Amino acid sequence: MRLSIEFSGGLELLFGKKKQHSVEVDKKEIVLRDLLQWIKENLLKERPELFLSQQTVRPGILVLINDCDWELMGGLDYKVEDKDELVFISTLHGG
Amino acid sequence: MKECTRCKTGRAVVKRPKTAEMMCKPCFYHVFEEEIHQTIVDNKLFKAGDRVAIAASGGKDSTVLAEVMTTLNQRYNYGLDLFLLSVDEGITGYRDDSLETVKRNQEQYKIPLKIVSYEELYGWTMDAIVAKIGLKNNCTFCGVFRRQALDRGAMLLKADKIVTGHNADDIAETVLLNLLRGDISRLTRCTSITTGTEDALPRMKPFKYTYEKEIVMYAYFKKLDYFSTECIYSPNAYRGYARNFLKDLEAIRPSSIIGENLHIQQETLSKIPEQGKCSRCNYISSNPVCKACILLDSLNRGMPKIEIADEGEKVEKEVVPTSVHKTINF
Ligand SMILES: [Zn+2]
Ligand SMILES: [Zn+2]
Repeated sequence: MRLSIEFSGGLELLFGKKKQHSVEVDKKEIVLRDLLQWIKENLLKERPELFLSQQTVRPGILVLINDCDWELMGGLDYKVEDKDELVFISTLHGG
Repeated sequence: MKECTRCKTGRAVVKRPKTAEMMCKPCFYHVFEEEIHQTIVDNKLFKAGDRVAIAASGGKDSTVLAEVMTTLNQRYNYGLDLFLLSVDEGITGYRDDSLETVKRNQEQYKIPLKIVSYEELYGWTMDAIVAKIGLKNNCTFCGVFRRQALDRGAMLLKADKIVTGHNADDIAETVLLNLLRGDISRLTRCTSITTGTEDALPRMKPFKYTYEKEIVMYAYFKKLDYFSTECIYSPNAYRGYARNFLKDLEAIRPSSIIGENLHIQQETLSKIPEQGKCSRCNYISSNPVCKACILLDSLNRGMPKIEIADEGEKVEKEVVPTSVHKTINF
């Protein structure tokens, strides 16, 4: 499946300073919990502890799925679909 | 797809941290702005004709503050003259970039912008200070200087008040840090919505009850232009751990962020020093010479290795300069 993944709010620094990532995930089905691991293995460049903590995103990172708060979409159990747009925003940087 | 709990028709896009309500975009904008309006009204933060300086760093909080203050000032005819006030610490690759964001805000919101720099006020940029003292106490210098710089900039604007973008999460973090430092005096002050009413300009925090998550969601949905790079000189690990700890608490119980309700015993309060004025620069100070003047003196005398606790109270006792090499110009 083809996904669009965006990192912002300072999080892009962990992903080679690149905000927009258009990726092909070689899976028929994947839940967000497993996609996070896929992102860690395939996109993350440094300091994984600043992105993930105990199998989920670190508290203070907001996640949007197709412009909707992931807390309304089932969170980690959300079944990712082809052409989904995922956005990760850090709230931990700067004021 | 979930339905908005307020209008029952729109598609819910955000779950509010404290109430767990699910809201569509228009309802979210509405309640977000109205709660801030209510905070402003309930606490009588402004009166018609006030000149209000918005402390603008180019970051998310101050960018949303500029947007909301402009919106509410028009919607409710507050009658405020708004200004953007930025401090240029002189940090290449950080502040120069974020100031570009503030300059764009100036055009978007049609609010005049004033920038005051450490260089013009103190004769030192942070780049020069770090070159001289290294990366140990630099944040102390920066914190002390910034506080005064905002006041001085606001005075140049003839402002009556300063508003800052401190949100509920920031205040909870400050409470925790003051508690860990045992700084009772700051602990009592740091949760007030208005500070500095005695001699310095009053500072208001219209976001005192606003969650960081909602500020970032608001900025994201409204596609506001903000800058989010960490200061290159501020690894500030201690504050970082405090922040993580609070985010972990918030994940379990969101109300813990707002739940601060401090009762400090009267006996303790009476020991808090009276505010006077710095004999050099006239800035408010509980000591004969203010922190900024002491720090400047140590820099100018080339003896920066004084022991300074973060935002330290110890500073005044340790170095009491006898001669003035440079005073603060403004
Ligand atoms: Zn609605
Ligand atoms: Zn002074």
